[in-house]
Amino acid sequence: MIQSLEPIIRQHTFFKGLDERYIQFIVSCARNVRFDERQYIFREGDPAERFYFIREGLVSVELMVPHKGPTTLQTVGEGDVLGWSWLAPPYRWHFDARTLQKTMALDFDGKCLREKCEEDHDLGYEILKRFANVVTERLDAARLQLLDLYGIHA
Amino acid sequence: MASMLELPTNTGPIADPMIPAPYRIERIKRETHDTFTLDLMPADGVGMTSFAPGQFNMVYVFGVGEVPISISSDAQNCPALEHTTRVVGAVTKAMGALKRGDLIGVRGPFGSCWPVAEEAGRDFLIVAGGIGLAPLRPALYDLMKQREKYRKIVLLYGARTPEDILYRHELERWRGKFDLEIQVTVDRGASGWRGNVGVVTTLVGRAPFDPSNTVALVCGPEVMMRFAVMELQKRGVVPRRIFLSMERNMKCAVGFCGHCQYGPTFICKDGPVFRFDQIEPIFGKAEI
Repeated sequence: MIQSLEPIIRQHTFFKGLDERYIQFIVSCARNVRFDERQYIFREGDPAERFYFIREGLVSVELMVPHKGPTTLQTVGEGDVLGWSWLAPPYRWHFDARTLQKTMALDFDGKCLREKCEEDHDLGYEILKRFANVVTERLDAARLQLLDLYGIHA
Repeated sequence: MASMLELPTNTGPIADPMIPAPYRIERIKRETHDTFTLDLMPADGVGMTSFAPGQFNMVYVFGVGEVPISISSDAQNCPALEHTTRVVGAVTKAMGALKRGDLIGVRGPFGSCWPVAEEAGRDFLIVAGGIGLAPLRPALYDLMKQREKYRKIVLLYGARTPEDILYRHELERWRGKFDLEIQVTVDRGASGWRGNVGVVTTLVGRAPFDPSNTVALVCGPEVMMRFAVMELQKRGVVPRRIFLSMERNMKCAVGFCGHCQYGPTFICKDGPVFRFDQIEPIFGKAEI
């Protein structure tokens, strides 16, 4: 039996408070995806046309560092949003995303949503507000990481 | 500001709080490259003073100096007093050079404690950063000892790197229990690390607990605690159910010297564990 994604999307805090008329459209942009352990979800430099809600599992956002190899900058897990490069030119991924465990996610067609946001700026504002929150949280977290809080001179 | 005397303090009278009692080092365990745990037994054969989770002792390296160190052993089953500390200054450096059988001075226990028994029937969320796990360890022991009295118990622990994870074997053992959720994250991953990377506060948003019925115990660097409080409040945990262990320069440990003054309170006497709503007006203020 194919389970509708609508209740999952409706219950996700990211879409909390979003007007009913937009929910159906967003549902139509979404699909369920599964990734094996150590599978790349996207690679740095590739076109960024999608974003993901992690339903289960753990994903490493990483960067290939010469002489060091893939370096994890952060991990995202259940309930987290992955990917916002589809929102801003040049619409290319800035980092790699690779699963650390088997991962289930909702995969959204960001390009389709972006085009819809261009047509309907009310929807665009709602989506940008929500992504601004995600970006702010990640920026705060990155700044705290830079502080080296547990270092001897912290 | 609300009274600071609501949290339980010392579990028993101390004969003279300014005179250290001699303790013998039974064991020194290297936890990480810069942290170690001392197991201490009274040198005079007299029984150890009881303590409550969250309290601290003033530990004196003879001829060098005295430092406050939280007690990290099991308060209800304590064959030896355990103190985990990091080498950060002259006293802890000298402490780290001591050997099994050496004597050390102990005054205490001092201060307020985590409200474990008082909050039966609730979820417990423990947020620890770095060496901040040490003062929370006795609270975890107490919670697990009477597991049936509590709902969910979640430990979120952040360390600098995988090599800096404190009590690693104990965490692995606890993680194996089905009634305790443990999530560990590191600020910097290393090759081979397959766990979370990022600051511990990012785990609060996705931790499984009921915010309306949760008690949060938080200990770590003050900046970490500020962001942890923000995330907890975002999830809906009310200020009166958030407890923080604060740190300042403690010297006398009995509220005489004023070194650890924190607004209208003294950390040594009124803290170190504070209920967040009692310190909210001064928490995070640069001038305090």
